[in-house]
Amino acid sequence: MTPLPWGAMARLTARRALFAVPVLLVVTFGVFAVAAASPFDPVKAYAGTAALGADQETLDRLRDNLGVDRPFAVRWWDWLTSALGGDFGRSTVMRQPVAEVIGERLVWSALLCAVAFAVAVLLGTVLGVLAARRPGSLLDRTVTSLAYSLEAAPVFWIALLAIWLFALNLDVLPAGGLTDTGSEHVTAGQVASHLVLPAGVLAVSQLPWFTLYVRQGVGDALAEDPVRGARSRGLSERTVLLGHALRSGLLPVLTLIGSRVPELITGALLVESVFSWPGIAAATVEAATAVDFPLLAALTTLATAAVLAGNLLADLLYGLIDPRVKLNEM
Amino acid sequence: MADGTVEKANPAEPAAAPTAWRSHGTARRSTHTLRLRVSAALVAVTVLAVLLVPPLVQLDQQAVDLAAKLEPPGWAHPFGTDDVGRDLLLRCVYGLRVSLLVGVVAALTATVIGTAVGATAGALGGWADRAVMRLVDTLASVPHLLLGVFIVAMFRPGVWPVVVSVGLTHWLSTARIVRAEVLSLRSRPHIDAAVSGGASRWRVTVRHLLPGVLPQAGLAAVLMVPHAMWHESALSFLGLGLPAHTASLGTLIQSARGSLLAGQWWPTLFPGLFLIIPTLALAGLAGVWRERISPRRRSELML
Repeated sequence: MTPLPWGAMARLTARRALFAVPVLLVVTFGVFAVAAASPFDPVKAYAGTAALGADQETLDRLRDNLGVDRPFAVRWWDWLTSALGGDFGRSTVMRQPVAEVIGERLVWSALLCAVAFAVAVLLGTVLGVLAARRPGSLLDRTVTSLAYSLEAAPVFWIALLAIWLFALNLDVLPAGGLTDTGSEHVTAGQVASHLVLPAGVLAVSQLPWFTLYVRQGVGDALAEDPVRGARSRGLSERTVLLGHALRSGLLPVLTLIGSRVPELITGALLVESVFSWPGIAAATVEAATAVDFPLLAALTTLATAAVLAGNLLADLLYGLIDPRVKLNEM
Repeated sequence: MADGTVEKANPAEPAAAPTAWRSHGTARRSTHTLRLRVSAALVAVTVLAVLLVPPLVQLDQQAVDLAAKLEPPGWAHPFGTDDVGRDLLLRCVYGLRVSLLVGVVAALTATVIGTAVGATAGALGGWADRAVMRLVDTLASVPHLLLGVFIVAMFRPGVWPVVVSVGLTHWLSTARIVRAEVLSLRSRPHIDAAVSGGASRWRVTVRHLLPGVLPQAGLAAVLMVPHAMWHESALSFLGLGLPAHTASLGTLIQSARGSLLAGQWWPTLFPGLFLIIPTLALAGLAGVWRERISPRRRSELML
């Protein structure tokens, strides 16, 4: 195996980081512009129900303190400069600093997404290879039809039906949350049993895409000359399938993995809120329902950064796996 | 669903016969015709149901009948009733009507924005093109649903914020497709002829470039409808879309959560099926259409 092109990878990463700066600037600016154009009033959001009983003078003073009347570009700049120092403001719905909310919840979201993604990749590869082995067979048609149906099914609907089946009817798995109600400590066993359903549903929602792409890639590879050559050399079907067809057929899929981050975030948004999983995606929904602008702005920025990181990962993988691609030219 | 019937109706497809490439081709074609017919029939049924049922059926979808609440599917109520005794089949048809309407309007909005931006970028070329496409790349780095959630949260949930948020987030792919198509059209002889004939940039764009990209833009619009419907139901499900009393597929699933936890599965199951079947049917139609306009590209159902 050739040594990894560390230098080229580092240069690509640095270039992407430079590109990410204007993207994040534009996105945060856009977020502030949308908020400025909307009927949303930060003073009322800050004061909450207390605003109903407060007299006008108090509200005006609060307005002055918060600096709401300044143009949104100025507020955006203030937010940006303090965000660089790690201060994203206070979340009104969680009643704690935004950075703390993210710090507490990011782990759980990352755990959920990582497990779901790993399951989806593994299961998708297995199903895709099985389907590609005999195109048009009963197995292939079942897998393909199921994949299309699942792709069309909304993930929150699958989640609810999964709760109905596994938590209510079979009563084998908990319906939501991170730990059992009443337990005081977060133990690994409890988290694991509570993780099965959300991670499974998230994996199922990502599964069709992988399965169909692997099936396509392996199916194409099976018709190519190297595979025919391997067959004619008398290699076993297993070696041909796994050693030759899967290896070249999986290339395009692996490189696309990084670009699935937006779909993963979308799925996590819905799955976490159905299962009351205490991650940042569920916090996003809560923040949106309560119009918690500081939290929403920070989470939108974070999600954008995650998508950019995913794109970078995709390109790095592409360069590593396919030697024809020059990392320097990306 | 739709696919299942297609596959079952076609048992003649050879599994791995060595000399089967020719018969494989015809089997493929008949699969395609069948897929076209099934998809077209399903879309037609959906559209007819959505258009005809509300004026023809003299039942109030909001009529509450607490004596008949949460009845399982049966003869009187094929889909059962919800937690206040409303007929679920009727509610689902109404919900589909709202979701489809929102989906079509939002998809049209997205297509118009996308076509306008893509065609402008492609026709202008140069730095304007680069700037616009950079902006598209930037916007594409924010997950759609998150951006939609943000917009709807800021502008209070309702029909129009949902339409706007779907329209504003989904035009990016259309803009990319249209721009690429315009760029490839620009090098064709008939465009050169129009330019050397003295036609203005505007006239070349509107009369010669746009008609060429319309099939692709139309295809993108059809594929956008299920996306927009999905987006609407996700927002409504999160409580950030249509108000709870308006039956849309998302609000139906949302309001069924209580009865689901009590063990009644039907108020959840059927609205979801009403979302899946039109999606597959539309995707099937779009797949056939795509094969017509670009036969060399591989036929894949695209969702």
